[in-house]
Amino acid sequence: MGFLGLHYRLERKTMSLAIGIIIAASIGGLIEIVPLFTIHQTVEDAPDMRVYTPLEIAGRNIYIREGCYACHSQMIRTLRDEVERYGPYSLAVESKYDHPMLWGSKRTGPDIARLGGKYSDEWHVKHLINPRDVVPESVMPPYAYLTRAKVRVDDLGLHLAALRKVGVPYTDEMIANASNDAYGQTSPDTPFAEGVTKRYGEATNVRAFDGQPGEPTEMDALVAYLQILGKLTDAAHKAKTAAAGE
Amino acid sequence: MIAQLTKSERQLALIILLALTICGLAMAIAGRQDPLGVHGAIVMLAGIAGIFGVIYVYYEPEPDEARLALYYDDPTKVAIILAMIWAVLGMFIGDWVAWQLVFPNLTFDASWSSFGRIRPAHTSAVIFGFGGNALIGTSLYVLQRTSRARLPDQISPWFVLLGYNLFCVLAATGYLMGVTQSKEYAEPEWYADLLLVIVWVVYFIIYLRTLARRKEPHIYVANWYYMAFILVVAILHTVNNLAMPVSFGHAKSYSAFSGVQDAMTQWWYGHNAVAFFLTAGFLGMMYYYLPVRAGRPIYSYRMSIISFWGITFMYMWAGSHHLHYTALPQWVQTLGMTFSVMLLVPSWASAGNALLTLNGAWYKVRDDATLRFMMVAAVFYGLTTFEGSFMAIRSVNSLSHYTDWTVGHVHAGALGWVAMITFGSIYASVPWLWKRERMYSPALVEWHFWLAVAGLFTYVFAMWNSGIIQGLMWRTYNDSGTLSYSFIETVVAMKPYYVARAIGGLLFLAGAVVGSYNIWMTIRTAGQPVDARAADLPVTQPAGVPALQPGE
Repeated sequence: MGFLGLHYRLERKTMSLAIGIIIAASIGGLIEIVPLFTIHQTVEDAPDMRVYTPLEIAGRNIYIREGCYACHSQMIRTLRDEVERYGPYSLAVESKYDHPMLWGSKRTGPDIARLGGKYSDEWHVKHLINPRDVVPESVMPPYAYLTRAKVRVDDLGLHLAALRKVGVPYTDEMIANASNDAYGQTSPDTPFAEGVTKRYGEATNVRAFDGQPGEPTEMDALVAYLQILGKLTDAAHKAKTAAAGE
Repeated sequence: MIAQLTKSERQLALIILLALTICGLAMAIAGRQDPLGVHGAIVMLAGIAGIFGVIYVYYEPEPDEARLALYYDDPTKVAIILAMIWAVLGMFIGDWVAWQLVFPNLTFDASWSSFGRIRPAHTSAVIFGFGGNALIGTSLYVLQRTSRARLPDQISPWFVLLGYNLFCVLAATGYLMGVTQSKEYAEPEWYADLLLVIVWVVYFIIYLRTLARRKEPHIYVANWYYMAFILVVAILHTVNNLAMPVSFGHAKSYSAFSGVQDAMTQWWYGHNAVAFFLTAGFLGMMYYYLPVRAGRPIYSYRMSIISFWGITFMYMWAGSHHLHYTALPQWVQTLGMTFSVMLLVPSWASAGNALLTLNGAWYKVRDDATLRFMMVAAVFYGLTTFEGSFMAIRSVNSLSHYTDWTVGHVHAGALGWVAMITFGSIYASVPWLWKRERMYSPALVEWHFWLAVAGLFTYVFAMWNSGIIQGLMWRTYNDSGTLSYSFIETVVAMKPYYVARAIGGLLFLAGAVVGSYNIWMTIRTAGQPVDARAADLPVTQPAGVPALQPGE
């Protein structure tokens, strides 16, 4: 019996057809996705990699809420012009703690995988309030309302706990102090600030990102997130130096 | 329409709606500090409105047994109307976001109206609102005709249709409030995803139960595609949306996957949402409506089989072509590229099968705008799948990725293939469903056709130009070996194409408005109902005559 004869019989049986569809459609995903979890080289090692602070998580969630990923990628490809325009190409490990990843698929605006530290906080605040004040030809929407909205900090412990459940190594201490740390990161002259650097490292940015100390605004959170982009680990810069040295 | 339900079905409807109302209330209470509360209120209101609707007709007489000798088309009728409402809404938002790239202050200083929030509202409204309703409506219609059997009951199709639309409403309103998972084309949060899973299971059960009652020994090819659409979308949706909610009182959840694994899972989903939602489902539509409208049998049974299994097997490998030159391991990129190129074979088998079916009926394509919609759809299906295979090649992708070329490609598929086959199928079904001889105005169908074609070409050419120009500008070096253009210079260069794209979108939207008016007038116009399809009945079983057995 040929292929057509077989099919002639198959298409008369609902369940066989359904099971056939499921099997045919499952193979590709199984072969391409499962090994990404099991092959160790898929994600590089980066011992210096730190997790996002609670304020940066809040900022990242604002970035997601506003759909920034629709116009900005966070994935520098291994192409000469991209490396020269944006910096060392992105490594898998750099988004290891990104649930979900924000690699993006469209650059209506530039890639921002290495935005952290490139501009001052003042520039970011001005730019977010009205992009055309600093880049006259920009087509980005204005986000002035972020300066007025207070960021919700009381539930950040729950956010960190949920992230721990999906694999981000937050400690009990980080989860218990999440709300205070969010406050501390924008209030350098308060006792809360110390806890932030203790738990997340001396290099953590602790300052009033929107220029106004006190209760963190959504602007504080978003700018804190933008200033950490590409800065969670040095792995990409080290890889570049290593490659140049060979 | 609710009066068509039997007493026990009305009671079941009340129980389901009561359960929905209680769920909504629980969400509203648990999420009172969160956008989840607003969604709870929406769910609760939907439930209460439904309860009132059922109670209103609760004591009306039950429908007579004669209905069982007819196909059950009420859900299809409502699905078509909903599809057109979502089409106009989704295309309107789409054109609005297009103009925002020309005039960035068109957000009117509000948070809900910025590009990042209404762009997913546009994509979801057109893909899931317009496309999904069209698929549900036509699939139920086609399933009954090709099985020569009535749907098994009158509740489950409504559950699927209305539950699905509730999902769409939660999705669209969620984006405006900033509720999103940020996974493209899978943005709705966990509770909306759970609702869709339940709806989808019932949808598949309708398929199984109706096919079990069929009087045709073979399952028609359109149903293979509709089944692949239902089954594979269920797999994709479930895996890609695995996530940990912050709490039961939060809309927000965190994806189970991160980084490179998340990227691969997302584009395995994303590309196959295109394959099984926007391709397989609509191929099901094409395999029924195009031959029926043309009055010709499908050209080749063999090509149908090759195409079906080729698409079902190979598409699932292709997603990684969205991640060329990224941190995804190269072996996965290469597999994705290879399968994407091979996919041209089954894709063109279907496109060719459709066009060869029209042999002997080309004079009808000339005279009948409805059939012409379907013909253009088949042509654009062929063009877009060719373009897709081409763009999946690594070196081509290095230029096209991140640019408007991708946007143009998507719209060649969405406007040229998906919308065209849908409009053709809707124009064919509306007179059949409402027992009219023809559409209210064939001239307006012509108008819609030419507006749609003009809009489609304007849009796609604008995006080809902007995409390729921007991609080239990004990689242009000057004599001293440094990059020639700053990023903002490449943005400025896009402006004329963004204007052209927005005009193209406006033309396409105008066509959809004309079409909606025409459909509405066809439904509304008084006059003697003409039953053009008198023989359009399922097989009934007169007393004493044994039912047709499979294989007879």
